[in-house]
Amino acid sequence: MEQTNFQLKKQDTQSQEWSKRLHHATRATREDWIGRGISYLCIGVIILVVASMLWFITSKGIATFTQNHVSLWKFLSGTDWSPSQGKIGALPMIVGSFAVTFAAAIVATPFAVGTAIFMTEISPNKGRKFLQPVIELLVGIPSVVYGFIGLAVVVPFMRHLVGGSGFGIISATFVLFVMVLPTITSMTVDSLRAVPRYYKEASLALGATRWQTVSKVILRSATPGILTAVIFGMARAFGEALAVQMVIGNAAVMPKNLISAASTLTSQLTTGIGDTIDGTLPNNALWSLALILLLMSLFFNALVRVIAKRGQLKHER
Amino acid sequence: MNKGSKLAMGIAAISLLLVGCGKATSSTGSKESSAALSGKVTAVGSTALQPLAAKAGTNFTAKNTKVNLTVQGGGSGTGLSQVQAGAVSIGDSDIFAEEKDGIKADKLTDHKVAVVGMAPVVNKDSGVKNLKMAQLKQIFTGKITNWKEVGGKDEKIVIINRAQGSGTRATFENAVLKGADAVKSQEQDSNGAVQKIVSTTPGAISYLAFSYFTNKLQAVSIDNVTPTDNNVETNKWKIWSYEHMYTKGTPDKATTAFLKYMDSKTVQDSLVKDMGYISIHDMKVTKDAKGVVTQN
Repeated sequence: MEQTNFQLKKQDTQSQEWSKRLHHATRATREDWIGRGISYLCIGVIILVVASMLWFITSKGIATFTQNHVSLWKFLSGTDWSPSQGKIGALPMIVGSFAVTFAAAIVATPFAVGTAIFMTEISPNKGRKFLQPVIELLVGIPSVVYGFIGLAVVVPFMRHLVGGSGFGIISATFVLFVMVLPTITSMTVDSLRAVPRYYKEASLALGATRWQTVSKVILRSATPGILTAVIFGMARAFGEALAVQMVIGNAAVMPKNLISAASTLTSQLTTGIGDTIDGTLPNNALWSLALILLLMSLFFNALVRVIAKRGQLKHER
Repeated sequence: MNKGSKLAMGIAAISLLLVGCGKATSSTGSKESSAALSGKVTAVGSTALQPLAAKAGTNFTAKNTKVNLTVQGGGSGTGLSQVQAGAVSIGDSDIFAEEKDGIKADKLTDHKVAVVGMAPVVNKDSGVKNLKMAQLKQIFTGKITNWKEVGGKDEKIVIINRAQGSGTRATFENAVLKGADAVKSQEQDSNGAVQKIVSTTPGAISYLAFSYFTNKLQAVSIDNVTPTDNNVETNKWKIWSYEHMYTKGTPDKATTAFLKYMDSKTVQDSLVKDMGYISIHDMKVTKDAKGVVTQN
């Protein structure tokens, strides 16, 4: 009995020593702490930046309605944009932004999907060696260069082709098409590559031709990914300012057709911001346009998430 | 959202940035007098005044090497609001502070440093070289839409305006439209863009500062008065404006010295003219903020 007591005591002191050693942080643990600390700090800074930007744009953007007492409905549905005279109907810009965004996405998607199928299914080798760098190059070209090419090439071309001044939604669509093409293409490539190999093998084993496999199996199962790609492309088109501003003509009127000058939210922002005074209606109205842009990009992000979630469920089934 | 916020951040960042370049020179004469002069001068605003201010600034800092002088664009509105907020020492503007909503003009001191003449410009294709003032007004208010109505070719008129709130546009509308509303049309945000678009778009009309005239576009006379410096000096040519440098409160020594330099013969008699502006010393008339012109 005493012996066991002694043994227990001995064990006790031993375990105390061990617990001391175990409770004392080792070097690796400390490094872990420091690493975690740095990560949290970085995350904190990013969250702070995002939060303060959201707060800043929102508070400036709603000043139009709280300080200048413009009704929200009038702002969203009005068609007369003359901020210096107190008329701020933003509908022409909202319509313009959506028109160029959807038009560019509609034109670019078939090209992007076609290219992506070529790069993944038809000729993966050539795709990787030749098309991949070309697409990456397109991503790297600054938007002012796109705009300049648009102004020097696309606008005169459209003038000869369809008449008018050449400035308008159609020219903007053309420029945006080239700008969103790489975004949509590379993301579509990723989603096509993510289709499980056995889907394709099973389809081929059942005697399906390559075209049947691509159209009925691969494209079908990659649809959520492709939709995500298209929405990312649209988000880029919606937020593009410089290139669009150079070719759309910036006329704050409701677009009647594709070939007359129109304007987008971004183009009004870039043309107007330097000439307005902080705290006045023309300046606040521009911030309200910025707020719409912000909300739209949040909406696009949310949409991407919803689609990604639905896609996941589909794969699991 | 992306570009809008980038722009806002950019403006904030720009006000922190410094591009001043003080080159050490071996000038001997002025060295003693300027040795005491030092400090930081930031001039921000009008893009129409920017080239002149930048060139004069370079010459000024060559003589006063201790002065750190920065000239930036951003637009007249930016210049006026920045100087009012006390963020910069000089706010460059094409228009009187009184003309801009939200600016308390009585808190600012006006320094007129040059005069800029502006004229309607048309694409050469239109076949028009002279217009009556009334016709010009009718074009910009949308009553005349074809060049044949004013003696030109049968071609649709394409109006290209500057952005609302632009100093150049305000000057043009004050002189030509006299309160009437301009028809909604294309808007461009710089003289350079207007110059390029008018020279390449058939049927286009806009307005430009004299210094932006090229042989690729046609400057239009009004009521047979040609847009020349001499006609501006006597106010025979009505579309012109001062280039202002606004300061707030009592400017520091370096700023005062720079403003004095801008008004000196060295700048007014050579630099101003070389760069396509009109010297403030040559003006035979004075215009006030309400647009009332008096003989000197």
